[in-house]
Amino acid sequence: MENEKKEYLSGSSLERILRAGYFAVTGELGPPQNANPEVVRKKAKVLKGNCDAVNITDNQTAIVRMSSIGAGILAEQEGLEPIIQMTCRDRNRLAIQSDLLGAYALGMRNLLCLTGDHQAFGNHPTSKNVFDIDSLQLVKAVADMRDEKKFMSGDEFKSSEPRFLVGAAAAPFADPLDFRPYRLAKKIEAGANFIQTQLVYDLDAFEIYMKKVRELGLHEKAYILAGVGPLKSPMMAKYMKNNVPGILVPDELIERMTEAGAEWKGKKKKDMTKEEKRARSKAWKAEGIKICIDLVKDMQKIEGIAGVHIMAIEWESAVKEIVEGAGLYPRPVVEA
Amino acid sequence: MIVAEQKSLEEMKALISDAEKVLVLGCGTCVTVCFAGGEKETMIASSSLRMATKLDGKDIKIEHATVQRQCEWEYLDQVADQIKDADVVLSLGCGIGVQAIVERFPESWVVPGLNTTFLGLPSEQGVWVERCAACGECVLDITGGICPIARCSKSLMNGPCGGSEDGHCEIDKDVECAWQLIYDRLAAKGKLDSILKLQPPKDWSSSRDGGPRKIVRPDLRFINEELEE
Repeated sequence: MENEKKEYLSGSSLERILRAGYFAVTGELGPPQNANPEVVRKKAKVLKGNCDAVNITDNQTAIVRMSSIGAGILAEQEGLEPIIQMTCRDRNRLAIQSDLLGAYALGMRNLLCLTGDHQAFGNHPTSKNVFDIDSLQLVKAVADMRDEKKFMSGDEFKSSEPRFLVGAAAAPFADPLDFRPYRLAKKIEAGANFIQTQLVYDLDAFEIYMKKVRELGLHEKAYILAGVGPLKSPMMAKYMKNNVPGILVPDELIERMTEAGAEWKGKKKKDMTKEEKRARSKAWKAEGIKICIDLVKDMQKIEGIAGVHIMAIEWESAVKEIVEGAGLYPRPVVEA
Repeated sequence: MIVAEQKSLEEMKALISDAEKVLVLGCGTCVTVCFAGGEKETMIASSSLRMATKLDGKDIKIEHATVQRQCEWEYLDQVADQIKDADVVLSLGCGIGVQAIVERFPESWVVPGLNTTFLGLPSEQGVWVERCAACGECVLDITGGICPIARCSKSLMNGPCGGSEDGHCEIDKDVECAWQLIYDRLAAKGKLDSILKLQPPKDWSSSRDGGPRKIVRPDLRFINEELEE
């Protein structure tokens, strides 16, 4: 990596692990739709020790939840390193910068810059959106705060600039497909230090993407973490394949999921007892975890992949099984 | 053009419910070509209101007229008597028309019969689409003549986001992804370089965010002053 011999950018645990060359694992924690800190603490306890840092989502899918920074502080109190997610949907450049100062002052060190889901998806579809800046401009702004010691206005920090490890997302399979590696290049050029991709299930397609990424030398300029997640059921797999832009699910995986529930084949949900339904769901989930473990193992072999980002929202317990199953447990500790 | 659509008959009825004398005033420009408030629509709306209010047992005198442009006072002056004579003017002009009447005839009560919707064009028979957000700082040179401010759901300057699929936007399969269009056009023209560069944050001060906007043209003002002398 370019800054091998330099000082740490942020000094976060995630940065130290990535810099030391370990295959990193990040997770995801979705804050609750209420003000109960115990929900966050409970999820944090389940994730602790199984990943190096955890994304704290920011009103994901445009549904109002406890703030990323608030929940991030709770997670940190439980010994988990947060990656604060910041979207451009709900805040203008004043609010973003101000929240970043607050987040840094409270000990947050990793930041993932996102444009944000459109509010049409969420529970406040009549709201006004902001989109004053976009995710790339946000990446640059946060990197400039750290490296140039400047606000977006150009005003200089007289002291104590926030020094975040700057992350960005990538959607390798969204359209226009040919442009995707170049958009990643733009994000890295803007200053992204690490990248987390959208869920990857189709390794062949991902290999093609990564080949281009390597040709552009992007894997040497930023740490790329491949997004993975356990499937819960064949229905979920089909839904994602057909309805979620930028997610490819190969038929082979859908078949594996279907096969896992073969014992109950042909049975309609309404004719099944509670126990049967539970058993089938358990069988599906077990296969989903197996598939995910296979993916994580395969990702370790891809040149230019520095880690995995495991997305198992509302199924946090899966992370431990996946990390252990892929031989990535225990997680390393790199002293500051 | 400015594209607008009529409020429902029920809504219009409610807007004039307290009046005894109503003038339904159409406009011969943008809203004529988008079939929302031209001469024909004004005639139909006023007859519909006449019938509907009669059925409700109300005796409201409803007249109608159409001027060439509601947004210019000189045209409004041509129907000054009718405007002054009405308790309520139901404007079938855009939001600018309504305000022009209010400014010229402050003693009149003017209500909007249309919802002014966007700046756009007719893409096919009976279909209008948005094309411009009047942001005050045109970026069409960068994006190959396709506006991301008006046509990308998130007004991204460094798109496309991850929600672009098969040419449409994730918010609705009927919405084209502006960035797919931009990409295709620039690729075809061999000009992709223009979107490989990081676009800096946009200066929104020239947009509505900078407060109400105003253009002053000293060159034209000078001529006017000369004429007045």
